[in-house]
Amino acid sequence: MIELIDTALLLIMVATALGFVFIRNLFAIVMLSGIFSLTAAVLYVVMDAVDVAFTEAAVGAGIATVLGLVALSLTGRPDEAPSKRSNIGPFLVTMLTGAVLINATFDMPNYGDPEAPAHQHVAPRYIQQSGDEIGVPNIVTSVLASYRGYDTLGEVVVIFTAAVGVLALLGRRRRATAESRRGAGSAVEGMTGKSILRVTTKLLIPSIMLFGLYVQFHGDYGPGGGFQAGVIFAAAIIVYALLFGTHRARRVISPGIVRFVLAFGVLLYAGVGVAGLLLGGNYLDYNVLAHDPVHGQHLGILLIEFGVGATVAAAMITIFLTFAGHDRPMEE
Amino acid sequence: MAVIADIVTFLCLVGGIASMLIGSYGLLKLPDLFSRMHAAGMVDTLGLGLIVVGLIVQAGISLVSFKLFLIIVFVLYTGPAVTHALAQAALNAGVKPLLSDDERQDGS
Repeated sequence: MIELIDTALLLIMVATALGFVFIRNLFAIVMLSGIFSLTAAVLYVVMDAVDVAFTEAAVGAGIATVLGLVALSLTGRPDEAPSKRSNIGPFLVTMLTGAVLINATFDMPNYGDPEAPAHQHVAPRYIQQSGDEIGVPNIVTSVLASYRGYDTLGEVVVIFTAAVGVLALLGRRRRATAESRRGAGSAVEGMTGKSILRVTTKLLIPSIMLFGLYVQFHGDYGPGGGFQAGVIFAAAIIVYALLFGTHRARRVISPGIVRFVLAFGVLLYAGVGVAGLLLGGNYLDYNVLAHDPVHGQHLGILLIEFGVGATVAAAMITIFLTFAGHDRPMEE
Repeated sequence: MAVIADIVTFLCLVGGIASMLIGSYGLLKLPDLFSRMHAAGMVDTLGLGLIVVGLIVQAGISLVSFKLFLIIVFVLYTGPAVTHALAQAALNAGVKPLLSDDERQDGS
């Protein structure tokens, strides 16, 4: 039965990938990429990787689709005509790479094989001892936030860098054309006059935010954590900006505060590491944060998850508002 | 008691899946955007609603069934708003319903 579901999901993913190749309409391709991510999320649920599925659904199917649509509205959606050039070269390269990759899968261990290297190295320790060492029911959270704290710090820095990059590329030009914008109108003007949508959204936004906070602080006990919570929280702000316009969204949550939170999250994460150093432990060693090692782990995970959530939410809001508030290049 | 719950769940699931199938068939076969949205509404509300009700009957009174109930509430709440937004956007973009009044006069 599981094989049947897996096969069906993988076939849907193949069909979606073929859609990327053959469809020329960029709008449809953005929607297809959302469908692709959602199918991947369902596949992860079938594999019992609920945390990964949650992230894929929130980031891949949710925010990435919205950002893709905003990017399209920014660039004016030029539907590219099929090129007349021969595609034989790229086709051969793709087929060759695919053949090598498929060949490589024959060396991989079977799905769920207990002898697989991934289940031999450190995984037994995580499963057997994380309950005593970390004391957090969700093993994924203890691996992500404590055992693999360095990797997660790196991921947060990557997200921070992406937001800073968007600001550096688009943020400055927006300020330079602040006068012309009033005449030209920004890419996302807000759907004014849609009272049904406005009322619905106004009632919906508080529950989205509440759900974001639940995911943030319940990550120790169930699927969730800073990454998902940050994206969900940002989604509430983005929905507001879509319906009421980016100008009003800027007044509700000022870009200065968002930028402060963006840096604050990374600093909080790195600061917890430095605090560990000052208290006599290693960098990102939470055991020394409190008198009891397990309490220290709890405190450390809570703080760094909060840092992750703050940076992710601020980064998504920054990218969206910078994209959406930017002038269309054609109208400049 | 468990047997009754199983029967109710079975009926709900079959009904939900049937509505989803009919809705999907309509989505493929109906002629224009607005009638297709009408078919898609069946998948959203009746299909998903019946399936989740069936699952609630299985879960009994617990936190799980409350969460499932919240899913129904949010789908019933957002679904019509999304349909409204889609139809409004289509009308704004100049898509005319296939059976609008002037069209019908032309045909008859």
